Amino acid sequence: MTGLLVKNAYVIDPLSGVNGEIMDIAVRDGKIVEDVRSGAVVIDAGGCLTLPGGIDSHSHVCGTKVNFGRYMSPEDMRAGRTARKGAMHVTSGYSVPTTFGNSYRYSAMGYTTVLEGAMAPLEARHTHEEFTATPHQDMLANTLFDGNWSIMEAVRDKDMKRAAAVVAWTLAAVKGFAIKLTNPGGTEAWGWGEDVHSIRDEVPHFGVTPAEIIETMIQANELLNLPHSVHIHCNNLGVPGNYQTTLDTINLAPDLNKDRQSLYLTHVQFHSYGGSTWQDICSKSEDIARAVNARPQVAIDMGQIMFGRTTTMTADGPMEWKLYMLHHNKWSNHDVELETGSGIIPVYYGRKSLVNCVMWAIGLELALLTENPWQCMLATDNPNGAPFVKYPEIIALLMSRKLREYEMKVIDPRTEHFVPLFAIDRELDWYEIAVMTRAAQAKALGITRIGKGHLAPGAEADIAIYPLKPDELDPTVDYQQVMAGFAKTRYTIKRGRVVARDGEVIVEGANSTIWSRSDVPPEYDLNQDPEFVKKFEQYYTVRMRNYPVQDVYLPRGLCIRTEASL
Amino acid sequence: MKIEDVVCTFCGCLCDDLVVEVENNRVISVENGCTLANEKFMGDHRLKSPIRREGNGWKALSYDDAIRETAEILLDADRPLLYGWSGTHGEAQSVGVHLAELLGAVIDNTSTVCHGPSIMAIQEVGHPGCTLGQVKNRADVIVYWGANPIDAHPRHMSRYTTYADGFFVKEAFKERKVIVVDVRKTESSAVADEFVKVERGGDYAILSALRAIVRGKRDLIPKQVAGVTREQLFRVADICINAKFGAIFFGLGLTMSPGKYKNIRNAIELTEELNRHTKFTISPMRGHWNVYGSNEVFTWITGYPYAVDFARGIAFYNPGETTSVDILKRGECDACLVVASDPGAHFPRACAEHLARIPTVQIDPHVNATTHLATLQIPVAVTGIDAEGTAYRMDGVPIRTRKLFDGTYPSDFDILGKIYEQVKEVKGS
Repeated sequence: MTGLLVKNAYVIDPLSGVNGEIMDIAVRDGKIVEDVRSGAVVIDAGGCLTLPGGIDSHSHVCGTKVNFGRYMSPEDMRAGRTARKGAMHVTSGYSVPTTFGNSYRYSAMGYTTVLEGAMAPLEARHTHEEFTATPHQDMLANTLFDGNWSIMEAVRDKDMKRAAAVVAWTLAAVKGFAIKLTNPGGTEAWGWGEDVHSIRDEVPHFGVTPAEIIETMIQANELLNLPHSVHIHCNNLGVPGNYQTTLDTINLAPDLNKDRQSLYLTHVQFHSYGGSTWQDICSKSEDIARAVNARPQVAIDMGQIMFGRTTTMTADGPMEWKLYMLHHNKWSNHDVELETGSGIIPVYYGRKSLVNCVMWAIGLELALLTENPWQCMLATDNPNGAPFVKYPEIIALLMSRKLREYEMKVIDPRTEHFVPLFAIDRELDWYEIAVMTRAAQAKALGITRIGKGHLAPGAEADIAIYPLKPDELDPTVDYQQVMAGFAKTRYTIKRGRVVARDGEVIVEGANSTIWSRSDVPPEYDLNQDPEFVKKFEQYYTVRMRNYPVQDVYLPRGLCIRTEASL
Repeated sequence: MKIEDVVCTFCGCLCDDLVVEVENNRVISVENGCTLANEKFMGDHRLKSPIRREGNGWKALSYDDAIRETAEILLDADRPLLYGWSGTHGEAQSVGVHLAELLGAVIDNTSTVCHGPSIMAIQEVGHPGCTLGQVKNRADVIVYWGANPIDAHPRHMSRYTTYADGFFVKEAFKERKVIVVDVRKTESSAVADEFVKVERGGDYAILSALRAIVRGKRDLIPKQVAGVTREQLFRVADICINAKFGAIFFGLGLTMSPGKYKNIRNAIELTEELNRHTKFTISPMRGHWNVYGSNEVFTWITGYPYAVDFARGIAFYNPGETTSVDILKRGECDACLVVASDPGAHFPRACAEHLARIPTVQIDPHVNATTHLATLQIPVAVTGIDAEGTAYRMDGVPIRTRKLFDGTYPSDFDILGKIYEQVKEVKGS
């Protein structure tokens, strides 16, 4: 390989402490290097904004429920379709695009790494199959443990090390990346059509509370030295007054790790509601942001909603049922034995719905009120809040007060009485946006160690060059250019290869799947553990030997291996 | 050599606990399997080599020639149809979809003549379902509607429902109530606590009556609905409302009887209604072992579970128009590739006649009814015996089938991959 040289780049690389320097970036063998010999392919960035490849730390793009979202929604498939062209396959879908659709659209926006927010272990093989068909992003899978019977039994027995052993066995078996808790305890209760309503409610039949599950899993996560922290979707999603549950959850988080947060709270917009009904729902973003600002041990992502049509999908089965009771359109549910649940319904977020306007404001407020951008990531819980193609618009809203004021005029006029958004002056700058769309994600996920999220020599050469010249643009007024610029890179470079130009993908992809494996001492290896084996013998409908995801499903698997401190 | 935890590639139950003994590249015994499984593994009579129809007879040809001729037939066609897919693994299905994309063909799977109506209903109202282990561990009420599992899915009751002990249901046989709804007595209805015998075509009315009862409108129900007494309907509704966890399983008796997808829609809406009182789920009894896999693979690549038409470059879906039966019946299709299914045995006569008129290539290990309509047949390895790959159980759980020995046949994936390469060479990238 002769190498690649990106010249005259306006680089913002927060992890390397670079903020707006014009520099050259040299690439060889897929990595950033100090320099390349003459003869390298040269790309002249012409002073354009150049960032590490974008990283989405919470998105639903692959697996059982995502595919069911497509399956049940031909109307959504019709709403976004492209024909085969050059290296690009046919794509369909707007809010739940086909795998190639997701991959091309992310690539056009400069995203090179995406974490799937929820994978049921029993159905992990499906997620990995779709990862392979999402070829332009390195993929990682949050692995669901919220209703895991073996975990709840270990929690009940106050046996943190056993909980860690269950996690270690499962992540290795299903090639998962991190621990995900979606409505912990609630998904098991949903097996009986019930739910939990606070972190102190008891899970039916298991004698444990969500708080105990969360606390145990945070400790277990650190015992295993996993790259990411526990990743939580709090209880009571979408319920007026739920901010208290969120604050209670934040208060559970100890500070256990010097390199990153100890608890990642996802799509916090959906968890920051005051009031007690849909009539008096209001924003509690200030309370939540205050709690986050006071605790470096937590990180959040926005879960921004944007107006328009989308599809909601989550492992939180009971929440989807509640949402269906509001919308009455169509409802799918899929509970997974011994592990978790899931649900899907399509929604429309309208500017004429006061509730939706309050939700829209809360997401932006969280980003603007969280002082440290490293603690608040930009995401929509794709596609729950909005399809990820809306990210450029969100960036523009965060960078421009003027745009927010313009929006204020077209949404429900009562909104300002329920939210603080329009009293917030803050306008984020290019550096903060770079943090919130890649650097903070890399740090939060613990993947800087494998060269993600930065451009220092040795890093993976994942680079996004946007047709934006920060020296010539004022993002507080030129928001249209900001939106257009972040929507289509001039070049997206993945492992040193130009994969997309001006919005079109030009080569076949060759992504990796990143997973974690924590090596435990033999006494914590559950392969021979009678209680654990019994779960498969008696309760699962798949044999233990047929459960693990075979290596063949990860043609370019990249394992982050750690040593457990058990 | 005995191999344990073998996955059976016959029906949608995808049982994965078989013990199979192999000797000299042949299965000599099967433990834990049902009669269908035994026949699948033991009674394996394969076609020896590719064959081409010549006059009234057949002539053997090489794999290379057969692949080349297939590619030529497909390239020469204006409106090719790639049909079947339910009896092969996901990796081969995936190549099939990309082949269709390249050709601008229609690709369709056997859902078109089985649970296609279920999919259409789901697209209108959604699908409250679950994995089979949820039913096994929790359900105290099971409903089989228009399905006869004892014949068609022989281990469904023992592995997942009626007889399967679970975590919350320690003695399933005693603790579970089983309701069977059908137009005739079957072996399955014989083991039911309640057998609801419906007049043919009466399912929709029965479902509507049950929905009304669950909604508290008992006074609206006439003395008899489609041959079922009001008393029995009340009894059945009460069993369902009082269940802790109920699970409905429905078969082709509901999808393919008068009312078709409207029946399924009504059944799903009954399930939704019951969820206002307790926990209830509903699931189709998928037939082929990997028909659900074909729906999944088609969906993540094209956006649609079946009946996908690439003729205009984009993926287009409109059941009734882009479904195989309709395309064949209209005489529109001018070449057909059949993979891992048997439309000759299952399609309406007019469609079979059209298949016999046009060049039809069949990729299948065995001689079947479609062989008699085909121009060319290419035998392949049997997934789950001498080929392996991914399968999706009727509830969406993906399981990797196992190769029991290295045989001499190429797999569907190998053959389709070669056809794809040859087509790609002509069509460019």
